[in-house]
Formats: sequence, structure tokens, C-alpha cells
Amino acid sequence: MVAALEGPAFTMAVNGEAWETTFDKAWYPRFSPDGRLTVLVQADGDWTLAVDDVAWEEQYGYVWNTMFSASGDIIAACIQQDGEYGFSIDGTPWETLFENANQPVFSKAGNAAAAVVQVKSLAQADIATFQEGIFSVAVNGEAWDSIFVNCWNPVFDPAGKNVAATIRRSLYDYSVAVNGKAWTGSYACAWAPAFNPATGAVAAPVRKAGAWGMAIDDAMAWEPRFGQLWQQAFSPDGSKLAAIACTRFGEFTVAVDGTPWGVSFPVVTDLTPSPAGARFAALASEHNTNFAVLCDGKVWDGRYDMAYAPVWSADGAHLALAVEKAGRQTIVVNGKAYPQSFDKCYAPAFSPDGKLVLIRALAGGKCHRIVAPVTAFTG
Amino acid sequence: MKTIADRLIEDEGLRRGVGRLTPEKIQKVFKELVAGECGARMKTYMETCVRCGMCAKACHYYMSHKDPSYTPVAKVSQTMWRLFDADGKVDPEVIYQCAQVAYTECNLCRRCIHYCPLGIDTGYIISVVRRLCHKLGVTPQYIQDTAHSHSATMNQMWVKDDEWPDTLQWQEEESREEFPGLRIPLDVEGADFMYSVIAPEPKFRTQLIYQAAAIFHAAGVSWTMPSTPGWDNSNMAMFSGDSEIMARVERAHYETAQRLRVKRIVMGECGHAFRAVYDVANRWLGWKYHPVPVVHSVEFFWELIQQGRIKLTHKYADPVTIHDPCNIIRGRGLMDKLREVVHFLCENVVEMSPNREHNYCCCAGGGVINCGPPFKNVRIVGNSIKAEQLKATGVHTLVAPCHNCHGGLEDIISKFGLNMHTKFLGDLIYELMEKPE
Amino acid sequence: MHALYDLAVGPLAWLAFAVFILGSIYRLMSMRALALKKDAAFVAYISWPHAIRSLLHWVTPFGALGWRENPGVTIVTFLFHICLFVAPLFLMGHIVLFDTFHGWSWPALPDGVADTLSIVVVAACAYFLWRRLSVPEVRFVTRSHDWLVLALVGATFLTGVLAYHRIGDNLFMTTLHVLCGEAMLVAIPFTRLSHMLFGFFSRGYIASEFGSVRFAKDW
Ligand code: HEM
Ligand code: HEM
Ligand code: SF4
Ligand code: SF4
Repeated sequence: MVAALEGPAFTMAVNGEAWETTFDKAWYPRFSPDGRLTVLVQADGDWTLAVDDVAWEEQYGYVWNTMFSASGDIIAACIQQDGEYGFSIDGTPWETLFENANQPVFSKAGNAAAAVVQVKSLAQADIATFQEGIFSVAVNGEAWDSIFVNCWNPVFDPAGKNVAATIRRSLYDYSVAVNGKAWTGSYACAWAPAFNPATGAVAAPVRKAGAWGMAIDDAMAWEPRFGQLWQQAFSPDGSKLAAIACTRFGEFTVAVDGTPWGVSFPVVTDLTPSPAGARFAALASEHNTNFAVLCDGKVWDGRYDMAYAPVWSADGAHLALAVEKAGRQTIVVNGKAYPQSFDKCYAPAFSPDGKLVLIRALAGGKCHRIVAPVTAFTG
Repeated sequence: MKTIADRLIEDEGLRRGVGRLTPEKIQKVFKELVAGECGARMKTYMETCVRCGMCAKACHYYMSHKDPSYTPVAKVSQTMWRLFDADGKVDPEVIYQCAQVAYTECNLCRRCIHYCPLGIDTGYIISVVRRLCHKLGVTPQYIQDTAHSHSATMNQMWVKDDEWPDTLQWQEEESREEFPGLRIPLDVEGADFMYSVIAPEPKFRTQLIYQAAAIFHAAGVSWTMPSTPGWDNSNMAMFSGDSEIMARVERAHYETAQRLRVKRIVMGECGHAFRAVYDVANRWLGWKYHPVPVVHSVEFFWELIQQGRIKLTHKYADPVTIHDPCNIIRGRGLMDKLREVVHFLCENVVEMSPNREHNYCCCAGGGVINCGPPFKNVRIVGNSIKAEQLKATGVHTLVAPCHNCHGGLEDIISKFGLNMHTKFLGDLIYELMEKPE
Repeated sequence: MHALYDLAVGPLAWLAFAVFILGSIYRLMSMRALALKKDAAFVAYISWPHAIRSLLHWVTPFGALGWRENPGVTIVTFLFHICLFVAPLFLMGHIVLFDTFHGWSWPALPDGVADTLSIVVVAACAYFLWRRLSVPEVRFVTRSHDWLVLALVGATFLTGVLAYHRIGDNLFMTTLHVLCGEAMLVAIPFTRLSHMLFGFFSRGYIASEFGSVRFAKDW
């Protein structure tokens, strides 16, 4: 909670207890995976990040987009200082800042942060310089040697050692660059790349001859035959690659290793690979209603007014998510709903053995924490 | 007879672009474009136009200049037919002319569809000419710069990632002096709607964000704005011919709404942005209908009024007239709702003629105003018909729920000394509504 | 000359009708295939109720903005197109030929009426000719193709009228008429006259977009 005190001062209150420090402004409260409460705060005109009532010492012109390593031990945020942009990691800014930096990413291991950075100045309406290339990707404050017209969607491999990004070498020549080295392949368009966590191969949807296919390591792996292809994800063992695919105009599904599932919907989102077992889940909907859950090519029976991101158990045996129907929310596991409904449900979590589900919810102004066995979901 | 060749205007982007072309290169790109992207629509339009000239009177450029080279069919004749006749093998100078016609002498307003008995969509043909020009690198400097901005920042005006939330927080702070409880809720998952605006709002017209926040606050609705890119719904890449960037921008916009799990997207008072989100980019992305429903402010205000969520202290007393923006009238049929909202707000509404689906374009839309200073005068002089239409109403207040229209109409008003001022619906609602303590 | 006439009303007539009918079918089918292949994102919105509602406005004189704003063209083009179909279809001279060759027959218009309708077509062609020459916005976009098409239609009807009125050498005039008529039929699928085939679809398509996506009328 961001709590307003008297006058224009803000602080944080956790379970009814207020922090000691107050700030002129506070926003973007986020819990880190290890349970610390962070918030972006302003005092005396400067911004910084406060973690559990302690603000970083360094202050900046602006701070935003708090990010965490997978375990939550390392915290990163985007910063702007004197009109220059970059990252601050646990309060330490990048050594080099850039004229602009956006599309920030933080590696799971917390060892590296990257962003698309502007490495050359651009005068107003100077289209010539832009087209010669002014963008690159900076990793931990150091930009790639190569410069492109555009860079988009930098992504890390799980170890945070390698970075891939979509690039545009001219207005018409899209490709992918890995650690600054561009693929030779040239495409009419390309979406965000993804690393194979096992082999380190890079896959990206690319458009060729009016259709989308999947290129892996600079070679066409799925022939271009889709109307769209995006949000590809490898199974963590690297054995399978899935992506959201448009098979005909207005019809979407998931394609696994290039083969679409037999069901299609107007919209498919939230493709999620299982941590083990090489399974995939996704959400389907029409016009933002009538949400359905797709799991390994099967459609669960339930239809919902809204569905939230699905969560797998560690062994990939169970799938849970929060759903909403007629204004009430609940948790659904393996297609079956929890018997009780709430005003709001947060993302569910599985116990490490996958047998129990943690439900965190609000109802009647009260917080509920329920630990239920997967067998309790019967609705 | 005069043609486009007799009125060429120097533009850095166009000049530089044609400097790199040869007839062979043009032909190659043209043939690829036709083979790759043109289908039955283009073929039918090219073949069946009976050159009857009936569409002439549709176009405000022709009605203002009374010069036959400005009719819709003349624009096609000087661009697409010429290219097809030569199988694309034309002199680079021809591409310069095509670009000037396509980018600065057609607003893609679709009025001519109401005139052509065969239903030929001249706006579509012209947008394909623009696509060709984009592929040839012959685009006016200023609109190209905005397309670059879209590609690099996902917004139209080079607004950086910190400037956006900072601006919203500033507006929130300002408005809390007037409305102590007001919030501009950032990134609220599950809100009823995501409000998106065009980049000129945070850049030059923060007052509009302030007003929208005040109206939503007074109406007590559940809303949010993203603090991340994806907040800008404008799309000049659509008009420059860069479909790939158009789609990238729109994907970011829709995916932001999906991530926030909102029920709908409500868009500010902008027409071209609505066209991009509602009608054009969704198709390139493969979505037949919108993954998240899209509602223009006119319709949203209408809903608020229907639900009794907006109460007025008084009605606007001076007579007003209504400009129907092409992209939400011919593009979305909001003419009745627009009228109901204006009648709710104003005592005295004087209709201009023609109006509703038949209204004349403001001559700024379709990316024309975004081609910048070199072409400004042509666009203003090219709409004397609109000036006459406005003048005939005899009123001094002009309601126009579209950013581009505001720009275009204000230029016309000052050029022709019309003694009018333009207003957004948001301006009027904010001015007239009962403000909560 | 007799031999030519026999050729024209015999094998050439067969050929002309075959090319016209098969050619039209081919053009329509291949255009449909092209639309499905390349315009999927647009074909998807075709809505026949909206298309028909709009077409009803467009086949009504002054039923659409374009017609109202161009009253001269509207009157002439409606007369022209109606007479263009009615006169030859219900012409005694034509029906007799069908009867002779195929044994098909249907009621005919009185000769005087058919003659008047035919003269209307010729007059309309003269009006179109005048427009092309002297209305600047039409002249600006006129190309040789337009003259050819107008000439084909004009010549067919003019020679028909002349033949009927026995002006000039009758055999020559009739032969010329038949040849012009055949040329015109053959031209329909392959020239701008194909607007007869595609016009309803192009209007119907845009009407669907306006009706089902944009919720606005297109007339
Ligand atoms: C196979 C082709 C055709 C043949 C064999 C044919 C034959 C004839 C004949 C024998 C006449 C009668 C002349 C007379 O009464 O002495 C005639 C008149 C006429 N035909 Fe055709 N015709 C053909 C195609 C067409 C076509 C395609 C059209 C127009 C669409 C057309 C329009 C007319 C007209 C308008 C007249 C004169 C009517 C009048 O003034 O009464 N004909 N035709
Ligand atoms: C049912 C189908 C048809 C429809 C809906 C149709 C519709 C139209 C329309 C809307 C025009 C434009 C208005 C004008 O300039 O007069 C036109 C022009 C014209 N049509 Fe048709 N038409 C049809 C069939 C035909 C046929 C069968 C012919 C001749 C064989 C024909 C010959 C012409 C000619 C010559 C013009 C152009 C006149 C000019 O040069 O301006 N039409 N048609
Ligand atoms: S779309 Fe509008 S501006 Fe363009 S030719 Fe038609 S009427 Fe004129
Ligand atoms: S009204 Fe239609 S058919 Fe006539 S000239 Fe214009 S575009 Fe061509």
C-alpha cells in the first residue's frame, strides 16, 4: 500500500504498519520474490528506490521499472540522470549512461542488465542520421560494437551470459543479433528472439514472402506459412519449441515444433511452458471475453470473463490460474475450480512437490491465504 | 492542363529519397509490391474505374481548387495508373510526384466512396502508393521522423520512458490541488479500462490528460494508464507506409492492455489513432476483431452521460457547430452519439452542411499535417471549402473530437479569419461538469 | 458479303457468346480465388446484408450522395444502362435470330419502343463523348481505352439503329452491326466493361466494410 499521510507526504504501510521514512512522492510498489517491499520514491526533487524502509543512497533524476533477479536477491531499476539513461543495480548505476535507453531486461541470475541504447546523437527531424543507425544494445553499461537502425526486445539466456535482440539494419531489413553479431538472414519483419535454455540456440519469428516462419540460428526452421507467429517459448529442457500462431486470418492457436494444435480461437495469449515435462499452456479468448485455457492442445471446459497468467507445478503435472466470472474470482487447477470465490485472486503458487496450491485472495476487505491440495479443486 | 508536376514542393526527405533511385530499382520494388501485397481489390479498382469523374465533387481538394488534377480519380491517374502503365519502370522524378500526391494531397478520408458508383476506395489505392514510396525510401521528412520515433520509442514524439510516468505524476499532482482525492492510476491490473492517448498529449497538451483524469475522477470509474511504452495509440507509421512498424506499435498497445487485464481500451479524442487501432493494424496482426475492445472517447463520454455519471452545472450557452472527424464517423459511425453528447452539453447546436458521414475532411488527417511545414500552405488553401462550410454556420465555437482535426481546423480558421475556436468534448465536459470536492 | 454475314451470325456469334460467358465466369472465379488468397483480411468482413442494403441505394437514381451531386450523369447513366440491357434483349430482330437458330423465343418489345430505347443509348453515348471532351475533370483522366470502349458500345447501337432504319447498305450495315456487337460482347470480360462483372462486388465489399466494421452508410 502507498499511504498518504497528512500534507503532500507519502509512505508505505505493510499490514497496517507504516514505514518510518516519508517521501514527497511514492509509486510502483512491488514485492521482490524474496518478500522485500520496494517502492520508487522522491525526496527533495530526486528519485530513488526504497527497499523495506531503506532508500538507496544514490539518487537520480528519475527511477522506474523495478526488476528483480529470479531469487529476488538483486534489484535493478531504470534510471535517468542529467538526461542520460541506464540502470541502477542495487543502488549502483551503470558506469556509462546513454542518451536514451529503453526495453530494459534483467537476467534471471541477476548478473546482467541490458537495454536498447542510443549511441549517437540525433538532431530534430534528422532522418538521414537515423537511417544510418544510432541504436545498439548495452549490457551492464557497455554497448555492442555494432550499431543498427533499430534494436528491439533484447533477451538474456538463463545464465545471463548471452543477449539476443531483434534488429533492423535498414528500414526494410529485419534480422536478429546475438551478442552484437547480426544474422546474415534478412527478413521483411521479425519479432522478439528467445534462447533455447539447453543448447543456447536462438529462435525468432521472421516474415518472408508475406508469411511468418521460425528462424533458428540464422536458418529457417519452420517454413513461413503462418499469418502471424510470436511469443515463442522453449521447454526448459530445450526439446520443444512452441509459439502462438495465426493459421488463418482471425484464427490463432499454438504451434509446437511447427505443427499447430487442432483448435483455434480469435485470440491466443500467455503461452507458458512447464518447468518440466515439455508441456505448454496458453489462454484463448474472443474479443477479451469467453476466456478458455489451452493445455497441450486440449481445451478445458470452463469459460471465463477474464483469465490470468497460468502457473505450472514444478513437475509440469498441474496447471493453475486465477479466473473471473460474473465479477467473482477463483483459482482453477487442471480445469476444476476451487469451491469458494473471492473479490480478487492473486497468482496461485504450487508447493515444490506440486501437491498443494497456495491461494492468495481478497474477499470482503480481508486477505485470505489458503493452502489447498490439488484434489480440493472440484468445481 | 496542370498536373502534379506543375506544383512540386521541395522536401528534404523526398529529394534525398529519389536521389537514390533508378527506373530499374523502382520497377523491381513495384513488381514485388504488386506480387506480394496487392490482390483482388487493387486489380478490380485498377480495371473497373470507368473514369466518369463522379468522384470529383467528393474531394475537398478539388472543391477548393476546382483544378481537375485534384480529383480522386486524377490522383490515382497520376500515381497508380501511371505506375501500372509503365509496369513500374518510371523515372525517379515520377516517384517524387507520386509521393507528393499520396502524402500531401489525399487525407485518406474516404469521402469519395460516397460518390463512386463502383465503390472504388481511392484512399486504399493512395495508401498503396504510400507503401511503395516507403519501400522506395521516398517519404516526406517530417512524417518519416515520426515513423522513426514510433520505431525507436513506441510513441510518436520521442517521449522517453521516464518522461511519460513523470508527466502523469505531474498532472496528478497538479490536479490534486483542484481534486484532492484524484489519482492517475498507473498499471492497475484488472481495471475496467486502459486509457490511451497520443504522444502530443504528454508533450504539448498535458491539459488534456488533466481534464480526462478529472472527468474520470468525477464519474467515479475504474481506469488505469500504463507506465510503460504501449501507452501511445497514435500511429504515423500507418500513414507513412511502414506497415511493419505500424503493427509493432499496435501490438505493444494491445499487449499492454492484455497484460493489465483490462476489459476495454478507451482512447482519447483522436481520429487517426482510432483508425490504426480499430481498423488497420489489427488486420496486419491477424486479429479479425480486437483482442481488447476499443472505445473512442466520444462513445465513452456518451456512455457516462447515459449512466448519469456526468452532471453539469450549466450548459454551454453560445451556439456551437460540430465537425465530424472522418476516422470516427465514416470510420466508426459515431455521428449520433457525438450529437447526443454535444446536445447534452450545449444549449444551441447549429449543424454544418453537409455533415455526418458526408462531412468534409479537415484536410489535416491521413498524415498530411504530419508532413510538416513545407506542405502546410497547400493543405490550408486546399480546404477553402471547409472554411466556407464553417463560416456558413455563423457560430464561434467548433466542437471537433479529434486531434488532427483540431490542428487542421485551427489553421483554416486563422488563415480565413473565421473568428472561431475549436473545442474537444473533454474541454467542454471539464468546463461544465459538477466538480467533486 | 453474304458469306461474311453468314459467318458473323453463325460461328462468330457462337464464339462471341462463348467468350463472353466463359470469359466472364473465368474472370469472376479467378478474381474470387485471388481475393481469398491475397485479401483474406478484407474478404473476412464481407457481409451480404450490408452489401445488399447499400446496393439497393446505389441502384436507385439519386439514392446515393454521388448520384445526387451529379444529377446529369445520374439521369443519363441510368437511362443508358437500362436501355442498354432492355433494347437488345427484347428486340424483335434479335429474338427472331435466336428463334431461327435455337428455337428460343420470348416476348418482344414493339419495334418502335425498342428503336426509341436504342436511340436513347446512342444519345447517351453522345453525351458521354461530350463529357469526355469538355468536362475538365473527365478529360483529365480519359485515356484511349475509354474511347475504345465507348466506340464499341456506340458503334453497336448506332449500326443497329441504322440497319433497322435501312439507312445505308442494309446488308453491310447489319453485318457491321453484328460484328460490332460481337466485339463488344467479347470485350466485356477483358476491358473496363468488366465493371459489369465486378461492380456489384466492389461496391458490396466496401459496403460490408462500412456496414459491419465502420457502422456507417456508404451511400
Ligand atoms: C451476335 C450478335 C448480334 C446479332 C447477330 C445481331 C443482330 C441484329 C439484327 C439482325 C438486328 C436487326 C436489324 C434490323 O431490324 O434490320 C439488330 C438490331 C439491333 N441490335 Fe443487334 N445483334 C447482335 C448483337 C447485339 C448486341 C450485343 C447489342 C447490344 C448490346 C445489339 C443491339 C442492337 C440494337 C440496339 C439494334 C437496333 C434496334 C433498333 O433500332 O430497333 N445487338 N441486331
Ligand atoms: C449491370 C451491370 C452494370 C453496371 C452496374 C454498370 C454501372 C456503370 C456505372 C456506375 C457507370 C459510371 C457512370 C457513367 O459514367 O455513366 C458506368 C459507365 C459505363 N458503362 Fe456500365 N454498368 C453495367 C453494365 C454495362 C454494360 C453491359 C456496358 C456495355 C456493354 C456498360 C457500358 C458502360 C459505359 C460505356 C460506361 C461509360 C460511359 C462513359 O464513358 O462515361 N455498362 N456503368
Ligand atoms: S480519400 Fe478524401 S482526400 Fe483522398 S481523394 Fe478521396 S475525398 Fe479526396
Ligand atoms: S467515381 Fe469511381 S469510377 Fe468514376 S472516376 Fe471516380 S473512381 Fe473512377
